[in-house]
Amino acid sequence: MADIRNNFVGIKSPNPFWLASAPPTDKAYNVERAFKAGWGGVVWKTLGEEGPPVVNVNGPRYGAIWGADRRLLGLNNIELITDRDLQTNLREIKQVKMNWPDRAMVVSIMVPCVEDAWKAILPVVEETGADGIELNFGCPHGMSERGMGAAVGQVPEYIEMVVRWCKANTRMPVITKLTPNITDIRKPARAALAGGTDAVSLINTINSITGVNLDTFSPEPMIDGKGTHGGYCGPAVKPIAMNMVAEIARDSETRGLPISGIGGITTWRDAAEFMALGAGNVQVCTAAMTYGFKIVQEMIAGLENWMDEKGHRSLDDIIGRATPNVTDWQFLNLNYIAKARIDQDLCIKCGRCHIACEDTSHQAITSVVDGKRHFEVMEDECVGCNLCVNVCPVEGCIDMVPLAAGVLDQRTGKTVQPTYANWTTHPNNPMAKVAAE
Amino acid sequence: MATGQLKDGIVAGRLAPAQYADNFSDLHPPLDHHEALVESDRCYFCYDAPCMQACPTSIDIPLFIRQISTGNPLGSAKTIFDQNILGGMCARVCPTETLCEEVCVRETAEGKPVQIGRLQRYATDVAMGQGKQFYTRAPSTGKKVAVVGAGPAGLAAAHRLATKGHDVTIFEAKPKSGGLNEYGIAAYKSVDGFAQAEVDYVTAIGGITIEHGRALGRDVHLADLTSMYDAVFLGMGLPGVNALRAEGEDAAGVDNAVEFIADLRQAEDLAGVPVGRRVVVIGGGMTAIDAAVQSKLLGAEEVTIAYRRGKEQMNASEFEQDLAASKGVTIRHWVQPKRVVAQFGKVTGIELEYTAETDGKLTGTGETIVLAADQVFKAIGQSFEAAALNGSGATIALEKGRIKVDAEGRTSNPKVWAGGDCVADAREDLTVAAVAAGRDAAESIHRALTSNGRA
Repeated sequence: MADIRNNFVGIKSPNPFWLASAPPTDKAYNVERAFKAGWGGVVWKTLGEEGPPVVNVNGPRYGAIWGADRRLLGLNNIELITDRDLQTNLREIKQVKMNWPDRAMVVSIMVPCVEDAWKAILPVVEETGADGIELNFGCPHGMSERGMGAAVGQVPEYIEMVVRWCKANTRMPVITKLTPNITDIRKPARAALAGGTDAVSLINTINSITGVNLDTFSPEPMIDGKGTHGGYCGPAVKPIAMNMVAEIARDSETRGLPISGIGGITTWRDAAEFMALGAGNVQVCTAAMTYGFKIVQEMIAGLENWMDEKGHRSLDDIIGRATPNVTDWQFLNLNYIAKARIDQDLCIKCGRCHIACEDTSHQAITSVVDGKRHFEVMEDECVGCNLCVNVCPVEGCIDMVPLAAGVLDQRTGKTVQPTYANWTTHPNNPMAKVAAE
Repeated sequence: MATGQLKDGIVAGRLAPAQYADNFSDLHPPLDHHEALVESDRCYFCYDAPCMQACPTSIDIPLFIRQISTGNPLGSAKTIFDQNILGGMCARVCPTETLCEEVCVRETAEGKPVQIGRLQRYATDVAMGQGKQFYTRAPSTGKKVAVVGAGPAGLAAAHRLATKGHDVTIFEAKPKSGGLNEYGIAAYKSVDGFAQAEVDYVTAIGGITIEHGRALGRDVHLADLTSMYDAVFLGMGLPGVNALRAEGEDAAGVDNAVEFIADLRQAEDLAGVPVGRRVVVIGGGMTAIDAAVQSKLLGAEEVTIAYRRGKEQMNASEFEQDLAASKGVTIRHWVQPKRVVAQFGKVTGIELEYTAETDGKLTGTGETIVLAADQVFKAIGQSFEAAALNGSGATIALEKGRIKVDAEGRTSNPKVWAGGDCVADAREDLTVAAVAAGRDAAESIHRALTSNGRA
């Protein structure tokens, strides 16, 4: 049986599934329920400095987009950090950690960008017995207008400075949470590393407007006719988050820096993908907010089953396994030639592959053969783009089949070469590196 | 003495009064808003969609379903009405299981087609509920067109002609419009006076006058119509009923299924509609099913459909056959009527002869069975009455006993078009096919009256 116990920068949890810092982790009541359901750890919702707590809006805090049958695909929020008293939070954190010593208890923190503020809060958090802290440099709304959250996360120098203060003032491991609202995720990751962070976690939410009310012309979520950009999360952001995780995992400067993966993780499969790209564990929020805490049971069982099936004994067997396969476009093998192939037994004849190819791609799929509705790939036109696979409603009906070396590519009239060749040496590339004579 | 279901003879009021409303409620209740959204999400928006190909009126089904899913039910209704102005009734009565839904790729994929009929009803109900009219009349052409029959073909033709700016007069033999929609469909398929509401919706465009109680060959004559109008469209359906050709069929209690269905539809109070205790329906089409099921729903104790061939040859769709079975109707295959058994002039039973098919030919085997019956319904097809047509001088060529038309609905008389059940190639005798024929004939008439479409 696969062992899915997790050790992330020394913080141990029975599984790699943590709840991210967010409403599900705002108070003892929720976190107790989460631990009962089986979550391996939580990042307690962000604490601010001592004093009157922040206030939230009193109208909608969330907006969403949906897929077919109103399946929630993307969620955004304009909620702020905890709006509860600091002492209440600290008391509850301490009690819950005592109740659940085997679970990871990480505390998210966001205080003003002055060292004294951090010096003040770190000891009181440490006193709770928490396992570590996460620096909220990601929150993109509200707090960023006050010089915190994403306002810090968007300036690598600030990140480095604050991380350094934290490392100097606490024994707890420091996880730096990054905002995706930047152009190159590697810069803030490098800065966090330079400041001495133990790990990064990403992504925080993405600036977004989820919709516009066409009766009132108000952006959603709408507060008294007005809206503001909220933080976007959920299944829709997963591809963006995975790329950012991979960028940090394979960057020569940050390679090896522990990553806690966040962004649209809904199933065991999502979690496994993040870990394969280099995440040491994962954090979940939207899926729990959509379906409740019970989903972790599917995640745990699914991950174990898959690992057993594949013979992976521990998480170390899967973490980072896909990272070496993430490369730059210029290094992709141009001699790899694949053609779409439609399984006629599975085909339900919806014709979506045909019209997608016909209208928007390479006119490589038939619609009628011998007077009959029939969808078949014309190999002499197929460039192997994969669009048909992506629009086909039947999983496994269309496959991309690589041509073996020596086979004729009917489109180009050339024989498939057994060798690897990429753009850097391609004759059409004006910058081609000429092979040594 | 026995009462209720066990009472012998053809009597009314077999059920408790409240039971009738239950029994005759909507067969396919309308989808509510949420159900419509969930169902519309299932459509794959197929290319050159098979459902659209299977629809006799070629409604752009993927488009109208997509419009429902995007919160545009009015746009959806217009997509439907553009092709089929009687889309509301067709949504209720079309045998979708043998048309659009049979070829839905979801049927192929998972054995559960998108519920196209019910989605069509959802969209058309929204538009009709709001009284939303999508069409306005073109400037008057000054041309007058006579339409015979206010059934699906005639109404579809009249509406299309009216939009083109022609003035239409419909001559209808019956006191109400709608044709089989009003008189010939099981009550549970068209509840709450929908057929009449649809007629009102269609004629609301203006330019359509309906003269009721005016039958061709009796009150109006084709020769007069062709001289008084610029064009004539014939959509009078099939007024005749085929005989059983069984001994003793003139006994009391041997009735026409179509009349039973019509009387039931027109009844103010279903408790007043008489039905036998033991009913045998002869036939294998929709009319047989409608008569049998409704006999059962009116409280008949035993209802049997006797059909001379097998299950596969029945004109009634499998869905209809299953519906009948679910209501407790027994369907007997491979039997044909031989003799009506009567006592004192009243039906007491029917003798059926077993049949077999040898070399494609149906023959009686000589063995028989007698079923007790106090009512026998004839549902073995309806027939065209050519006398009404040609008794007045102008001759119209016939084919297979019905009117011969070309692909555009033109008859042998250059001023006369025809469509619906009264023509020789009336595709499957379906409402939706009649609508297509009426619509297409109207386009042909318009081209003829306006030098190829230009007024």
